[in-house]
Amino acid sequence: MLLIHCPYCQEERPELEFRNTGEAHIERPKNIAAISDEEFEAFFFIRTNPKGVAYERWRHVHGCARFFNAVRDTVSDKFVTTYKAGEPRVDVVRGEDGVLMVKGATQ
Amino acid sequence: MSGANRIKGHGRLTPARAVRFTFDGKPLSAMQGDSLASALIANGIHLTGRSFKYHRPRGMLSAGSEEPNALMDVGRDAARRTPNVRATVQEVFDGMQARSQNRWPSLAFDVGGLNNLASPFFAAGFYYKTFMWPKAAWKKVYEPIIRAAAGLGVAPSEPDPDHYANHYAHCDVLVIGGGAAGLSAALAAAHAGASVILCDEQPETGGAFHHETDTTIGGLSGWDWAQAATAELGAMDNVRVLTRTTAFGYQAQNHVGLVERVTEHLANPDPALPRERLWQVRAKQVVIATGAIERHMVFANNDRPGIMLASAARTYLNHHGVAVGAKVGVYTACDSAWAAAFDLKRAGVSVPAIVDIRADPDPALVARARELGIEVLTGHAVLDTSGGLRVKSMKVGRPGGGSSRVIAIDALIMSAGWTPSVHMFSQSRGKVVWDEASQRFLPGRNVQDCVSVGACNGVDDLADAVTGAAKAGHEAAKAAGVKVRKAWAAPAAETQTSWDGSMMGSAAGAGADTTVKAFVDFQNDVTAKDIRLAVREGMHSIEHVKRFTTNGMATDQGKTSNIHGLAIAAEMLDKPLPQVGLTTFRSPYTPVTFGAIVNHSRGSLFDPTRRTAMHGWEEAHGAVFEDVGQWKRAWYYPRAGEDMHQAVNRECLTVRESAGMFDASTLGKIEVVGPDAAEFLNLMYTNSWDKLEPGRCKYGIMLREDGFIYDDGVVGRMTEDRFHVTTTTGGAPRVMHHMEDYLQTEFPHLKVWLTSTTEQWAVIAVQGPRAREIIAPLVEGIDLSNEAMPHMSVREGRICGVPTRLFRMSFTGEAGYEVNVPADYGQAVWEALWARAEPLGACAYGTETMHVLRAEKGYIIVGQDTDGTVTPDDAGLNWAVAKKKPDFVGIRGMKRPDLIGGGRKQLVGLMSRDPNIVLEEGAQIVADPNQAVPMTMIGHVTSSYWSENCGRSIAMGVVIDGRAIKGRTLYVPMPERTIEVEVTDAVFIDKEGVRLNG
Amino acid sequence: MAKSAQAYRTEPLAGRVSGSAGVQVTPASPAIRVSLRADPENAKALSKALGLDLPFKPKTSSGNLPGRLAAWLGPDEWLIIDEAGDPLADLRKAKVLHSAVDVSHRNTAILVSGEGARATLESGCPQNLSDAVFPVGAASRTVMGKIEVVIIRTGETEFRVECWRSFSDYAFAFLSDAARDCLA
Repeated sequence: MLLIHCPYCQEERPELEFRNTGEAHIERPKNIAAISDEEFEAFFFIRTNPKGVAYERWRHVHGCARFFNAVRDTVSDKFVTTYKAGEPRVDVVRGEDGVLMVKGATQ
Repeated sequence: MSGANRIKGHGRLTPARAVRFTFDGKPLSAMQGDSLASALIANGIHLTGRSFKYHRPRGMLSAGSEEPNALMDVGRDAARRTPNVRATVQEVFDGMQARSQNRWPSLAFDVGGLNNLASPFFAAGFYYKTFMWPKAAWKKVYEPIIRAAAGLGVAPSEPDPDHYANHYAHCDVLVIGGGAAGLSAALAAAHAGASVILCDEQPETGGAFHHETDTTIGGLSGWDWAQAATAELGAMDNVRVLTRTTAFGYQAQNHVGLVERVTEHLANPDPALPRERLWQVRAKQVVIATGAIERHMVFANNDRPGIMLASAARTYLNHHGVAVGAKVGVYTACDSAWAAAFDLKRAGVSVPAIVDIRADPDPALVARARELGIEVLTGHAVLDTSGGLRVKSMKVGRPGGGSSRVIAIDALIMSAGWTPSVHMFSQSRGKVVWDEASQRFLPGRNVQDCVSVGACNGVDDLADAVTGAAKAGHEAAKAAGVKVRKAWAAPAAETQTSWDGSMMGSAAGAGADTTVKAFVDFQNDVTAKDIRLAVREGMHSIEHVKRFTTNGMATDQGKTSNIHGLAIAAEMLDKPLPQVGLTTFRSPYTPVTFGAIVNHSRGSLFDPTRRTAMHGWEEAHGAVFEDVGQWKRAWYYPRAGEDMHQAVNRECLTVRESAGMFDASTLGKIEVVGPDAAEFLNLMYTNSWDKLEPGRCKYGIMLREDGFIYDDGVVGRMTEDRFHVTTTTGGAPRVMHHMEDYLQTEFPHLKVWLTSTTEQWAVIAVQGPRAREIIAPLVEGIDLSNEAMPHMSVREGRICGVPTRLFRMSFTGEAGYEVNVPADYGQAVWEALWARAEPLGACAYGTETMHVLRAEKGYIIVGQDTDGTVTPDDAGLNWAVAKKKPDFVGIRGMKRPDLIGGGRKQLVGLMSRDPNIVLEEGAQIVADPNQAVPMTMIGHVTSSYWSENCGRSIAMGVVIDGRAIKGRTLYVPMPERTIEVEVTDAVFIDKEGVRLNG
Repeated sequence: MAKSAQAYRTEPLAGRVSGSAGVQVTPASPAIRVSLRADPENAKALSKALGLDLPFKPKTSSGNLPGRLAAWLGPDEWLIIDEAGDPLADLRKAKVLHSAVDVSHRNTAILVSGEGARATLESGCPQNLSDAVFPVGAASRTVMGKIEVVIIRTGETEFRVECWRSFSDYAFAFLSDAARDCLA
């Protein structure tokens, strides 16, 4: 069971309290009624499913009930960082030891 | 004395405490503290089972959890019986029944032993190659026979009467292993002020001191120091010591699973105690102190009963006071077996010879052996052994050939050196690295917050292990954030036993490959020859060799066999061993019972059962319940002599003739509050909510973004900024989640909040022409007249003196109400309503009648008449989709080309030509029953019932372009006949809807 | 219109008692409960109306039962529990934007008290409930076994477990089962 840092509760809490809710930073188009079929496909159906750096949405459903974003390494299964919904994408880099870290952070 | 092989004055057990047990029905005695293995050996029994594939006679190899051979069926009674128990781990208790496995008709004479004679046919990969053809025979013929002949124990057929417990535990430092290193680390961490959990799989701590007796720590013998250290730890408030507790799984972020065997060693356990406890530990730091496991020598016929690891023989002697034989041969590549030989000899056991494959072992050892009168053969090998059910002799010679001689023995102890137990480290996802100097794999970089200490980290010297572990324990406390109180001073430690010397792979000189059985993996019957064959057949990766031969894939996880197998493969491939690579160790370290894994989640705790506030009344009035998710819902209320069909027919007629009462409490309810509540609902539902006045309600449809129906329900507007939303029973949690998702992440600017009120309200539907008459006298403060409170309205007032939200709405097509009251009043209000309803000829009805009544009106059930691919238009609900709204969830998805083009399956009514035939839900529909198979299916039946009100069967279904072909005849092909149906409108009763407003 | 008798109240766990040598497991008294939602900037006015400081720190609570208690459940969510007064009525006086929903009957509560109280909860709750991490006054929505609960630590050896009505049977049975091994 993973420990996940909830950016609202400001502490690590057991995975059982959380639910993964898919890829992060996919914004629903403001003019959704007017977009083309191709744009709708890109918005609704296409996901990146990366090996390595994954931006994910999680919900602390059995805790504070907030949705938030996370960066996770799908190879090591480790969370790099989590941040509140609505905050900009956090850039990460892979260190020499192969471990992902937040860009600009010191190891 | 319990057992002829007990040696007076040896061992740590108390002679006064005798226990009785049976082995294959034979009564035997043992001493308290004996393992089943030591008790059997004390009674002269080495033959304990038959091997997995060849049914070869086998005995104890080890004295620990690495045991591959001595697996038994152990229990107290028919229900409390566990197969595949390691005799070396199981403690004997009074009344224990132990049985050997995998033999028929008896252990000594086993028909399956013929496999051994036919063994040339059973080489590695034999199954894959031989049973390929014909394909159909695999499932029906080959597999059942193979499974019957192979396999181990038999699972008990009775339910497990014991209970199991789970504990989540959190600590600063978890120490795995209670040997010298683990205890030192735990003491250092505990004295530093850390909260510590120490676990050890054995009944007592002490680790290698079970066999190594020539040790001192802090002026005490190693064993005494270990017990004193354990007592000291046990007395500290910040420490929990768990013996008989195996760390079996090391998961992410230092989440370690431990299983504690609480009653498995007790003759009469307190029934209040759980049989086992699962400890789910979350540790800030983990100290791995799991020691090392001795390897056997790989040579011809190295598996006969009586042949065992040297450390095991030493444990049986020094801990249990049992001699493994009267004439014990020694075959080794490692110094530690010499110490075992010396201990045995000093205890009065004959040791005819020490055979060391090394040309020049430590001269001091050789001198010591000669002093004790033991013959020493250096540079020699054991070439073969003899003996049917117990080893009788060993054939000894130089590996290169030349003369050999046979030495009579009744036990043979062996050591090929020690393998650091890196299982836990490997499970933590750490990668082991090859240490060229010491020729072994050791823990590499730690990827979690852990450290390996002592023998599992390749530290051979006892003093170094103690001081290193103490330092690691101290550092672990610091790293866990503990403000260190003091450093624990590690005591001086010393041992006489050397663990130097090792060999990997098969020992030379064992003869031609074709006939020799030199076992590498005892539990899966894998020989050196099998591994060579695998390489010859093209398996060049160790992962392939492993799967082809099954080496290391048995429940012992290859604890004794992995390194040997790897070395043989490396030799065949002519590659350095680390380049061939080591397979990954996975949890569990040793088998774990299902009981421990499910622990509390049995019986009624397996899954929550949800009951409504009126459940008690329903039960008392004979309701039959159906499971709807976790809910128990009243299904129908049979009266004396009625079957389900008759009860439902009566309930259906009664509701339309008089009235009925239905428990609708399980419907999901969400309170939507805030100035932007209507705006939010505009986005969530296809309908428009702006013009809904307070006090009115409306049926709403919710889509997913893809345009398909997700849920539906009636929404009441309580005030300008407060809505009472209802969802389907099954949809309640996901609709709440769906709405929160949009509110928090897409529309966070909206001032609105959602609160689940599903369980706040008990809901009593009163439906039928006499509904108003039933409720009216009990209601205060609400004008129930048609003019004041028409269909689809909601009022707040009181009923039976308690607050109510009273909805005028209908899922039956009759005039009716849904009475919402705070849940704790549900039963009382129901009873009051029932007291009114019953004399008026009304009935209580269940979910089946509700289904029939709504189908008679063509009302859909989301999830039954829709399946996640149905649009509002498909369901004939276009009227509920607002045409002028700029946005709502699904607005774009429902305009996708495939959803708006023709050829969609549309919801229609279906009437069988024969009114007595009730279609089967899910049955497929075709246009032409005479077409070739496979037929083109143009739809399927979604709802189908006998309607007593219509006097015939009715059905709903989805059919391609169904609305355009009303009146047409279609066909439902069933196995026994083809049923003719007519496509109709989906409303079967009161098409004008006049009854609603009655 | 004939005045009918006031409907009686049936609490979901009425009459149940359980426990072991180390712990008592008892249904709590009925209480008025409010799910209170508001932007934190409006909390001051709401605190005033309630006569108690709404907590802002995650996993904390303020106030005490049987009087009024407010547990922080999320950044804009509090659970108000009151066994004496009527917080719903008090909140109606607050003029700031908020949502107050009566959940008195949605939830019920089980009191777990005694030397083994924490260990009883630790059989089902994966959170760290130690004194350092979950001190007296701590409150959190979390899981216990297979259900969602709100755990409030009301004393050194006393916890209050709030759950939804229909899950209370499971919760009570789970705690009773766990109580058997709370002195492990």
